[in-house]
Amino acid sequence: MSAKLETKVSDAWGSETPPQARSADTSGMVQATGSAAESGGWAMPVQAIGLLLVAPALAVVVFLFIVPLISSVTGAFDVGGALSLGNFAKAFELYSGDMLFTLAIVLLSSALIALFSIMIGGYLTLGSNPRAVAILRWIYRWPLFIPFIVVGQILRTFLAKNGLMNNIFIELGLMTPLSAMSFLDWRGIVIAFVWKQTPFVALLLSGAMASIDRSTIEAARNLGANRLRILVEIVLPQVRTTLLVGLILSFVTMMSVLSVPLMINAQSPTMITANMAFRINAYRDYGVANALGLISLLMTSAVAWIYLRQTMREHSR
Amino acid sequence: MSAYLDWKWIPRGIALGILAFIIFGPLVNLLLWTVTERWYFPHVLPLKYGFSFWANVFSPRGNAMSSLGTSIFIAILTVVLSLGLAIPAGYALARLRLPFRGLILLALLIPQAFPNLPVYVNIARIFYEYNLNGTILGVVLVHVTHGLVYAVWIATAAFSAIDRELEEAARSMGASALRGFWDVTLPIAAPGLLASAIFVFLESLDEFTGTYFVGAPDVSTLPLLLYTAGSGGNYQIASITALILLIPSIAFMFVVERFLRSDVLSKVGH
Repeated sequence: MSAKLETKVSDAWGSETPPQARSADTSGMVQATGSAAESGGWAMPVQAIGLLLVAPALAVVVFLFIVPLISSVTGAFDVGGALSLGNFAKAFELYSGDMLFTLAIVLLSSALIALFSIMIGGYLTLGSNPRAVAILRWIYRWPLFIPFIVVGQILRTFLAKNGLMNNIFIELGLMTPLSAMSFLDWRGIVIAFVWKQTPFVALLLSGAMASIDRSTIEAARNLGANRLRILVEIVLPQVRTTLLVGLILSFVTMMSVLSVPLMINAQSPTMITANMAFRINAYRDYGVANALGLISLLMTSAVAWIYLRQTMREHSR
Repeated sequence: MSAYLDWKWIPRGIALGILAFIIFGPLVNLLLWTVTERWYFPHVLPLKYGFSFWANVFSPRGNAMSSLGTSIFIAILTVVLSLGLAIPAGYALARLRLPFRGLILLALLIPQAFPNLPVYVNIARIFYEYNLNGTILGVVLVHVTHGLVYAVWIATAAFSAIDRELEEAARSMGASALRGFWDVTLPIAAPGLLASAIFVFLESLDEFTGTYFVGAPDVSTLPLLLYTAGSGGNYQIASITALILLIPSIAFMFVVERFLRSDVLSKVGH
């Protein structure tokens, strides 16, 4: 069975034109595939047609993501063409502090994102006042599609020592001009991540919360349970998977973002994303950059593994 | 009763007010910077307002107009390529019995599960060998890889939300498979596909990291211009550029639900 399938697969791949040529006119390809299937009176098995339709997209992901991903791993062990751990020695020597800093920032941001999105999702689901729920729904989503580079820019001016935030606090008498301080360090990065990613997780979470069975909530409410208890004991366990997936996607996103650390705090200690860019731009040092890349891959692969296992379990229907 | 309600609005009002300050404070700050002529410590608000920087940004010789043009050109090419790849793939994943379906989905999930910065670094190195670095095509290819994952997911969701019987009815009335797809399936899936097109367009318009490694300094898009202006301390130019990027993003947030019905949204990633 599997051997048969494999020959079919290789046929499907063998008859393909190179990915560049195909991607140039895909609508033509759909047509060609459809008419081939027609004229052959479905002589071509449905599975082969399916593979043919998926192949171009798959080829792009393989050649432009998976291959470079593998070469980032091999590149990390490559010192002047020889297999070596030299890049890692150098990376740890120069950037071990930044590695811990990165992990701490991303974990702290994830925890805050989880907390705030549970609060927002919980109020959207259990809130008793429709008007307050509507206002919250209107407000919280604004940062959802704002690009990170814009988030970096607006928070750089907002959180600076003489930025608008401190100015307003001083004007309101909450702070004296002398005690004003810049938030453009690790706190700025955390604020930027939480500001941008909370709406995303809250959106996923409130969607999942809205689709759970209301009768258990109503039953608990009738038994006199307060809303916090309903949220923690009844709602949260049912949306655990969604929360996990949202947080992991955020974790990976935060480990990939270059603009926020570059714009908010590029001085040491900073995130290893900024260090990678620095190694490339200043020294064209792909070895150490790839070693740092592999370390960030290891940090995320731990959480990515949980994510992939979760989605694969849902797909295996 | 009304007194009770009024009392409940005090904590609600405070909480919503704090949230509004957190969300809108930075946005108002950005708007102020776009119309600031002079603003320095210890003044809470700008000393002089004006549009001289706007004239600067939108002058025909300014970098912003050419960056905007490049950004839009790249984004359109990215949408065409991504959807061209994603529509057949999404249809096959939603409708046809595929061998190794799980493996294919896994491969399409991988770009979401790993940080893409190390990947961009190595794409830049590979592209350098093929003279794709610093070219529009190179940047488009990077953006397509990034946008494709979303496009395939949304297309798959849009196609699986369609009632299979509609297609079968068309087929039983003598329509060919392609005709059935073109006349029945595609129009019903159109809103979802349009949403994914807009999403891919925005992702491309806003993309910084890949363009920074593959395109800079030869290809200058709006995010790169924003970064350069911001690093140079030119906050007005940076803020105006940021505002140009911000408007389509926020507009999309408000219309996304109109395009993506809940039955499609609930199938994303399945």
